[in-house]
Amino acid sequence: MASAPSKLYADDVSLLMVLLDTNPFFWSSSSLPFSVFLSHVLTFLNSILLLNQLNQVVVIATGYNSCSYIYDSSTSTNQGSDNGRMPARCVNLLQKLEEFVIEDEQLIKEGLREGIASSLLSGSLSMALCYIQRVFRSGPLHPQPRILCLQGSSDGPEQYVAIMNAIFSAQRSVVPIDSCYMGSSNSAFLQQASYITGGVYLKPQQPNGLFQYLSTVFATDLHSRAFLQLPKSLGVDFRASCFCHKKTIDMGYICSVCLSIFCKHHKKCSTCGSVFGQAQSDVNSTSNKKRKTPET
Amino acid sequence: MNNGEQRRLNGEAEEDEEEDDANNGGLAAWERAYADERSWESLQEDESGLLQPIDNQSLKHAQYRRRLRAASTARIQKGLIRYVYIVIDLSKAAAEMDFRPSRMGVVAKHVEAFIIEFFYQNPLSQVGLVTIKDGVAHCLTDLGGSPNSHVKALMGKLECSGDSSLQNALDLVHGYLEQIPSYGHREVLILYSALSTCDPGDIMETIQKCKKSKIRCSVIGLSAEIFICKHLCQETGGLYYIALDEPHLKELILEHAPPPPAIAEFAIANLIKMGFPQRAAEGSVAICSCHKEAKVGGGYTCPRCKARVCDLPTECRICGLTLISSPHLARSYHHLFPIVPFDEVSPSLLIDQQNKFPRACFGCQQSLLNPGNKPSLRVACPKCKQHFCLDCDIYIHDSLHNCPGCESASHSKIPNANKG
Repeated sequence: MASAPSKLYADDVSLLMVLLDTNPFFWSSSSLPFSVFLSHVLTFLNSILLLNQLNQVVVIATGYNSCSYIYDSSTSTNQGSDNGRMPARCVNLLQKLEEFVIEDEQLIKEGLREGIASSLLSGSLSMALCYIQRVFRSGPLHPQPRILCLQGSSDGPEQYVAIMNAIFSAQRSVVPIDSCYMGSSNSAFLQQASYITGGVYLKPQQPNGLFQYLSTVFATDLHSRAFLQLPKSLGVDFRASCFCHKKTIDMGYICSVCLSIFCKHHKKCSTCGSVFGQAQSDVNSTSNKKRKTPET
Repeated sequence: MNNGEQRRLNGEAEEDEEEDDANNGGLAAWERAYADERSWESLQEDESGLLQPIDNQSLKHAQYRRRLRAASTARIQKGLIRYVYIVIDLSKAAAEMDFRPSRMGVVAKHVEAFIIEFFYQNPLSQVGLVTIKDGVAHCLTDLGGSPNSHVKALMGKLECSGDSSLQNALDLVHGYLEQIPSYGHREVLILYSALSTCDPGDIMETIQKCKKSKIRCSVIGLSAEIFICKHLCQETGGLYYIALDEPHLKELILEHAPPPPAIAEFAIANLIKMGFPQRAAEGSVAICSCHKEAKVGGGYTCPRCKARVCDLPTECRICGLTLISSPHLARSYHHLFPIVPFDEVSPSLLIDQQNKFPRACFGCQQSLLNPGNKPSLRVACPKCKQHFCLDCDIYIHDSLHNCPGCESASHSKIPNANKG
């Protein structure tokens, strides 16, 4: 019977980490009401769990001021207040979600951040990756993990480094980050995340049909994806923006100490304070010299 | 080094037996199983003299925390743009079988892993390979940024003979590293199997020359400690270690993957001109300048001379501009903004305030209670005060470089000018 457990965890068993954006500033201005969005998502989560009895779903709420686990199908029992109208699973999830939203709102009152009302995607991504590492640690037989970001609010530039760190860590442990972006313009963070980790980035044209998008694009396990024609990325802009004017540039100067990007030659690095020697001519001459050596 | 000497003795004993019976490797199969696994090392004596298996988990974690503390006390400035030559000793000493299958094979295996890890952590750096054979140093690959070409070249040239010469290797590397731009950090990593060096001249002069050129030389020995290697490392500011066994060798090699602390006088701060090429449209046909082949789709176009290259990061073959993409830069940012080491929550505090503390790890939701509802070891982030399990602690500091607790609390956001 040694082969039985390996049969159980075939390559089509998935662990789906759902990062749910609950940012009130986005949903209050969205064309799709949060309640409709939620009903689409709940149906989707149910269908994932029905696809394979070993599938596992974990939901993390990405709030404006905090992030929290709100549902884990491996620990929740399906008993409870099953009132006949809604399965206990949804009741549990909605209850936790409500508590989370109320708590998150209380934190808003304490201190409203200025600038863009972005959600704390970096926090929920980091939590999801920690959870996935725990699944990896549990032994050689584990479901195939993937992350699905259901994001609506726009990117928070202050999270750039943290999100990139999370993306590289996901890439390293071969965890694809799928993203379904509900906002108006594209999210550069999520585009990069999906591109680098080999996930799918989708911006639904008709948010009302969200369930169809979710079930056709994001429901299949990683093994079966090879047989599908999934949305292809239309090209991700990997150009950098300079730190001094926030302009997107295709040629610039990099500080050799801290790797800050500048569009013009400066005398001193504004980030790390290093003073630059006159460099340019010297760099060119050495690189020319090097290229003259025969190439192998 | 006590352990190492012991191993040396073992090694010699094995060699003697090998002479007696070369066909069988000198050991019966059951003996070899013990010699290879070294199962006695995983036992320790307790106070009453009983043998106990070593508690690997807590030992490993303690070791890891020591390393983390050592790293966090180091200066924040790091040498992010590195030019490293890896010198591999392929003299006849590399054929010794004390590492299985041979020193050479083990070194090659770990150098391969190192090169991949190195480029992961230092996307803007370059590596070159040098081998020593028959008393002469050969340049196997020039400095370059593509891991695959190095690994391929190394695997194709794995044979050893003759003596080893430290001086010849240093002279050769010195000649190459002289040419690199002044902002780069020059490093040599020598994997030395031999117990002697057979030099044409005065090696002390060569060492002084390296010191003057600010080349940081590190040596990892596979046999015993040699004075000249120690002297070289002391003079040039490198590290000198002797590998005790294969896991230790691996650890020592990989220690060189994260960027070393930058020493101001070693590399002059500079602005480097770089290009951020855009990916060419799918389906366009162009001849790439790196392989000189016509390719359909993919590839990047140099913003200065419009030449096509296949991969990033690289240097444009036509105009010499360094070509990178913004994720390559972002990959190095965690070295610049490291997260603080977590504090261990003291066991006495845990017992006192057991009910106040969270029951599960903030990161992975693993229960922090041992069987019997006793609180287990845990760590806390000094900034956000969230509790984490030991496994998450290691993952967060080694791979993720984000504290999930700090990232999911808005007030802890530190205004930072360095955002892309």
